[in-house]
This record gives sequence, structure tokens and C-alpha cells, in this order.
Amino acid sequence: MSKRHIQSRLLASYVRDPSAVIGSIILGVFILAALLAPWITPQNPYDLEKVSLEHFLTPPVWMEGGQMPFLLGTDDQGRGILSTIIYGCRTSLVVGFSVVLIAGTFGVVIGLLAGYYGGWLDAVMMRLADTLFAFSTTFMAFLFLGLFGGASILVVIIAICMADWVRYARTMRGSVLEVKENAYIMAAKATGAKDIRLLLRHLLPNAIPPIFVVVAVDLAVVIMLEATLSFLGVGVPLTEPSLGLMISIGKNYIYAGLWWMIVFPGAALVLLVVGINLFADWLREELNPKLERRA
Amino acid sequence: MATYIARRLIQGVIVILAVSMICFVIFRYMGDPVVTMAGRYATFQERAEVRRAFGLDQPMYIQYVRFLWNAAQGNFGKSYVSRVPALGLILERFPATFELAMVAVGLAFSAGVVLGVLVALKPYALRNRLIMAGSLGGISIPTFLIGILLIMVFAVYLGVLPPFGRGETVQVGFWRTGLLTVDGIKHLILPAFTLAMFQLAVLLRLTRAGMREVLAEEYIKTAWAKGLPPRVVIFKHALRNVLIPVVTITGLQFGELIAYSIVTETIFQWPGMGNLILTSFFETDQPVVVTYIMLVAFIIITMNIIVDILYALINPKIRYE
Repeated sequence: MSKRHIQSRLLASYVRDPSAVIGSIILGVFILAALLAPWITPQNPYDLEKVSLEHFLTPPVWMEGGQMPFLLGTDDQGRGILSTIIYGCRTSLVVGFSVVLIAGTFGVVIGLLAGYYGGWLDAVMMRLADTLFAFSTTFMAFLFLGLFGGASILVVIIAICMADWVRYARTMRGSVLEVKENAYIMAAKATGAKDIRLLLRHLLPNAIPPIFVVVAVDLAVVIMLEATLSFLGVGVPLTEPSLGLMISIGKNYIYAGLWWMIVFPGAALVLLVVGINLFADWLREELNPKLERRA
Repeated sequence: MATYIARRLIQGVIVILAVSMICFVIFRYMGDPVVTMAGRYATFQERAEVRRAFGLDQPMYIQYVRFLWNAAQGNFGKSYVSRVPALGLILERFPATFELAMVAVGLAFSAGVVLGVLVALKPYALRNRLIMAGSLGGISIPTFLIGILLIMVFAVYLGVLPPFGRGETVQVGFWRTGLLTVDGIKHLILPAFTLAMFQLAVLLRLTRAGMREVLAEEYIKTAWAKGLPPRVVIFKHALRNVLIPVVTITGLQFGELIAYSIVTETIFQWPGMGNLILTSFFETDQPVVVTYIMLVAFIIITMNIIVDILYALINPKIRYE
């Protein structure tokens, strides 16, 4: 199958699969909102000059006592919920994409080298990866942050990366081991191709498809992880917007019946993750040759 | 096989030693134990005395060996906050965490496998599409949000289940259980469900995917062609092969289970180890943190070795070089 053929087949199946289209539209809307945050929100909830305590705990506009511009109400600091959500999604997406990019690149390189060269590098790296994996990304990230304290978004990104790269390394290594056995690799070697050419030109492009699925799934996982860590109080600091922090503040008012402080940020988080997962589901089915296609 | 087991055990010991080294560094260098023990206003002389009394003036490797020796005997020092042995503090909390985790795993495993098989048999039936949509929700809603929403619905609005704590417990020997009282079980429902959710969705999807692959295999077609009853084909021939990876994943997800138990316990103020570790982090109570990490490392590594060995026993394809 030629490259173009594969591309057109992928595109055709993408257009035919409503969940893939819906998923990517959701993700697109979130990304757009996060990028345009300063222009589409009535107030920057983290600009102290714009926030006033007198509007604190306002309900959504359609309820009694609600007022514009606080469409979805305000929190205990007088920050508009909708504005804070949009800024919070910014944090979610920045953390999500940064981790996927950094941990993904590192993991792919490690997996590629370990799979191709084997030997001590493979043994040491994969033992380390297995161990980190056994403890789980969530637990390791929690430990790192619990010990070092979530001082900034950057620290959160680093901590999650330190725990998360193994996901990529393991997948990549497995894929490389499979691809390595192909005759064309042998042939390339026989023509006297250098290692670097073999790795970048032949192994990397052929072994990388499974990584795409990992990227999609991992993006959702990392976004949930950031929210979870922030909710626990070891993630991003109180001075930064985060969906997890919003829900953790809302939890204090759960008995007062101020549901909007939890339900709206929660819904935003779930919608974002569902969007990514819908897309990931389609990608997984598409890249798994073992499953029969839908009629 | 014996070599394989021996090798896995040695690897386990190496990992534990590595973890202990990290723990030693945490204990020794993150927060000054001398200041913590002697008090902030201790004189220089008092500090020197404490340093000598606890052997903190000795060379590093001696301190590490001593740390290891004490740890092997279950002595991790006293909590800086409550001034009681750290291990005792954690073990006291162990039953609460264990009961919660086991009920959650049982729930997730049975529901996940049953639903997964159901869905795989007729992937495009409406009911099964709904189950799959639900499972997508299951992996898309973070544990902490599930817990809070459950509290909101069942404790705040409906008022039918208690929102926090472990309820009435009974002491059975050294074990304090909440499973023997109605109140205890009522308190367990929401947290157990919360903790089960992340695994349930994963196991469901894994079972479904595995069943779909296996059901397309030749030997299943042969089994149908032989005229075997569906019950035998599905459960004996197909599910058995699917269960191996499902059980393995359940065992390997122990780390996640412990991580999410921290989240669940925090939300429901469940008096378990996870709740304790979070407070200890905030109080920089290093002996408790270190004890917890060592204990969890030990449990997870043991679980992994058991899973690996069982897997090797079940699956003859694995080579133990």
C-alpha cells in the first residue's frame, strides 16, 4: 500500500466515524478557547485588580441572585466560574501537551535505542521502566510532588514526565523488536547503511504507529492526573488556575449546596477527556490490523 | 523455572535496596532530623548531643547500613508529629486500606469481566453500545470527581449513605474490621465504588478486546462447528484464554490501586494509609513518609513477582533464559 493510499483510507474512515469527528471537534474547541482565553473571558480571574470579593459565591445567571457577566456563577473569591474554567483548561492543555511531547520524545528515543542495541542499555533501562511502571505513573508523580512540593506548573510537568516516559519507552521498544525482524532491515544492513540511518530512516517511521495511540490516550491520562494532583494539593499552586483546584475549593461548599463550583469545572474536565478518548478509540481501532473493520 | 524464580527474587531485592537508598536520602536530607528532634530553639550543644545520640555524626555508609538494619527489623523511627513509632502508625491504618482496596478490586473484576464478555458477544447491540459509552465515561471521569459526585448525590441530596469515615468497626484479634457491622458496610459502599470505577472500565475494555480477538480464532470456529453449547465455547474455550492477561493486568495495576486509594481515602476521610501519607507530606513527617514508601514498594514488588511467576507457570510460551 502506498503512503497516499494509507492516508486517503485513514481520512475516509475518519470522516465515516462520527465519534472520531465529534472527539476532535471537542478537543479543537477546547484548544481554541484556551488560546483565546484573554479575549473571550469577561475577567481574568487571576488578575487581582479585576476580581472583587463582593461578587463571591454568586449562583449561575438563571438562578435567583445570579448576575452578569458571571454566566456560571462565581467561587468564594469572586472569580467567575466560566472564566476560571477557561483559564484552567489552559493549564490542563499546557501540562498535557508538554508532558506528551517531552516524555514522549524521551521515551521513544530510549525505546528505540534499547530495542535496537539490546545489551546493558536495554537491561538497565527496561528494568527501570518496569519498576516505575509497577509503581504506576499516578503514584510516582504523587510521590515526586509530595516530596518536592508543587511549586509551579513547570515542576508539575517535570514530575509527571519523570513518571510517564516509561509508557512510551516500553511501547516503542516492543514495536522496534518486531520491526527489527523484517527483511528490509536486514537488506538495509546488508547495503552497509550506518546505524543512525537505519534508526532514523527505517526503524523509527515503521515502529512509530503504536506510539500515536499512546499519545492520544496519554494526553487524556495526563490531563486527569494534573487535575487529580492539584485536587490533592500537591499539584499546581493556588495562584494558578486549575480545574482540579476549582473542584477542591468547591468541595468545601458541598454541604452548602453550591453545586456550580463542582459541577461546571467537573463537566469541563470530563468533556475534554471524553473528546480525547473518542479520538483515541478511533485511532486504536484503525491502527490495529487484527480487528475486522465495521461493515 | 527455578532459575527464573531466583532471578526475579534477586531483581526484587535489588529494587528494594534502591528504594531504601532513596528513602535514606529523603530521611536524611529532606528536612533536618536534628532540628526536628532537638527542637528549633535547641542550643548548639544540645544539637550536637542529639546528633551523636542518633549516630548522625557517623560516616554516610555507616548511617545507611544502620538505617537498613533498623528498617529490616521494622524500626523506622518515630513520627515527628505524633511521637509514636512510624511503622505502628501505618500498620494501624492498614486494615482500613486493605478492606477498601479488596472490596473495590473484587467489584471491578467481577463486573468488568461479566460486562466485557456480554459486550464482546454482540458488539453492535444497542444495550452493549450503551455499556461501552458508559465505560468511556468510566475512563474519562477522574476518580476524585466520581467520589465527589457520589457524595453530592447520595449523601448531600438523597441523604441515604454516609459521606465520610469508616463507621462502626469491630476488633477481631489484631485486625479492626468494618465489614461486620451494617454501619461499616454502609460507609464502605461509596468509597469502594469510587475506587473500583477506574479499574472496572479498564478491565471491561480489556475483556471485550480480548474476547473479540479470541472469538475470531480458528479454534473457536472449530468449537462452534463441533456443536458445543455456547456456554462451553464462550466460558471454557474463549474466556479462559482471555482471562490470563486480564488477571495479569489486575495484579500489575496494584500501583495504581494504591495511588487511587490515596485519592479515595482523602475524599471520604477514610482512616487508611493513603490519608495518612498525604497529611505526612504536608507536615514533612519524614519517618512516616519513608515507612510508607518502603512498605508500598515491598507490597508492589511482591505482587509483581507473584504475577510474573504465575504468568510463567500458566503460559508455556514464556522462555526463562
